[in-house]
Amino acid sequence: MISPCIEYVANTMQQPIELSAWQLSVAVSLILISAAISAALRLGLGQRFLLAAVRTTAQLLLIGYVLKWLFAPGRGWYFVLAMMSAMTLIAGISAVRRNDRRYNGIWVDSIISMWATSWLMTAIALFGIVQVQGAATNPSWCNPRYAIPLLGMILGNTISAVSLSLDRLGHELASKRDQVETLLALGATRWESGRWAVQQAVRVGMVPTINTMMVAGLVSLPGMMTGQMIAGQDPGQAARYQIMIMFLMAAGTSLGTFSVVLLGYRRLFTADHQFQPGRLRKVQ
Amino acid sequence: MILEADHIGRRHPDGQAWLLDDVTLAVEPGTRLVLTGPSGAGKTLLLRALARLDPLDRGEVRYRGQAIHHDAVPRYRASVIYLHQRAALMEDTVEAALRRPYALNVHRQRMFDGRRAAEMLFTVGRDAAFLEKKVAELSGGEIQITALVRALQLDPTILLFDEPTAALDGPTAASVEQLIDRWLAESAQRAMIWVSHNEAQAQRVGHTALHMEAGRLVRAPHAPSRGTISRGA
Repeated sequence: MISPCIEYVANTMQQPIELSAWQLSVAVSLILISAAISAALRLGLGQRFLLAAVRTTAQLLLIGYVLKWLFAPGRGWYFVLAMMSAMTLIAGISAVRRNDRRYNGIWVDSIISMWATSWLMTAIALFGIVQVQGAATNPSWCNPRYAIPLLGMILGNTISAVSLSLDRLGHELASKRDQVETLLALGATRWESGRWAVQQAVRVGMVPTINTMMVAGLVSLPGMMTGQMIAGQDPGQAARYQIMIMFLMAAGTSLGTFSVVLLGYRRLFTADHQFQPGRLRKVQ
Repeated sequence: MILEADHIGRRHPDGQAWLLDDVTLAVEPGTRLVLTGPSGAGKTLLLRALARLDPLDRGEVRYRGQAIHHDAVPRYRASVIYLHQRAALMEDTVEAALRRPYALNVHRQRMFDGRRAAEMLFTVGRDAAFLEKKVAELSGGEIQITALVRALQLDPTILLFDEPTAALDGPTAASVEQLIDRWLAESAQRAMIWVSHNEAQAQRVGHTALHMEAGRLVRAPHAPSRGTISRGA
């Protein structure tokens, strides 16, 4: 009774099952369940579900084609670099877009933080850990099969961390303006008066990563590990890759939040130890 | 001259209007200056500018002849303390609030003196148990008192008061004035600027008076003496 199943597993280890458009449409039709619940409870989410379904399908199909093109042998390194830059820019911008309290320079701060930390982490992974080997014509670091997914996963995590941190920094400083000013008036330096807000903001950005690391593998199998196993990778190796990714993400989000919060702090406090809450604007 | 404002000005962030319009002011040892004027005239902004809490769009504030910038600012603010209209106490108890400044780098050479604090609080009608009181349970007036004692214990040279007795009843306000008198009497170097809406109080506490209107000082510095305070508040 068991043996056919084992054979089946052994077969699929070699070659992942390809999904046809027909198979995919079965999955896509599941959106009707969400739409039905929305209709039954009159949530008014029907249209948004439709839009979300169209967007996620179109975006993923499109990126699939783009990456297929990019992964083709002999593709120039500048294409890989351009793709990575575009991903980083979009990440930097979307981290701010989720925020309703902004200051001049917040976009620059977010993009700089995102760029510096995610590229550093990807570089460490490519050169220091995975040590991708490249052909003479194509330097190893731009092997897009490794560089793009690694960068993407680090960015995805850093977006939410940076976004949470910026939100908390703005919120803390706006709501506790009197406390900051009272300390400054007593002779506190800008760091002494704003340190606690910086601490809160960095903490709130780092906590989700810690939580993810705590339950990794217990509650859910992380996406990368799942993907590698479906693709036929040995689960032990898939787990090792996932462990590497976890630590890259932990370091990346920590460094990213720390950087963006410090940059923001420097914009909201002047060198003369003055607090400038007027620079925080609410946007709709 | 200890403190001088030299043609200082501050613009409205969105427009061309001057919130603080070409103000020149000198504070000498022993100065007891009362600042009056309608709400929105810029009295608070002037005190904040003197404490270097806001950036200026023109002019300069000098302390003992020196412009104050960068690392000199915290030390300056330890000597020239601005007391907010609504003081914020983030600590748990009154004593913790009084101890808070000593954790700051600029005051680390000094130590909290519980007896001295208790004595000051006694002057304004609060007993020793007041030190243990929860900040969350304080009335508006008690918060003002705590903030005042917190500033006085640091032995500042100049105090910038923004309606320090606004939330206090008559007798307590009088005892606060007495406490401030005592602080001034301890050293001939000390001086204060007091924003007040209360005409009688202005006459009592001030030796000189200035009136503000639409961001400008209306009365020339040094001009009036005791008892010649203009009305208009």
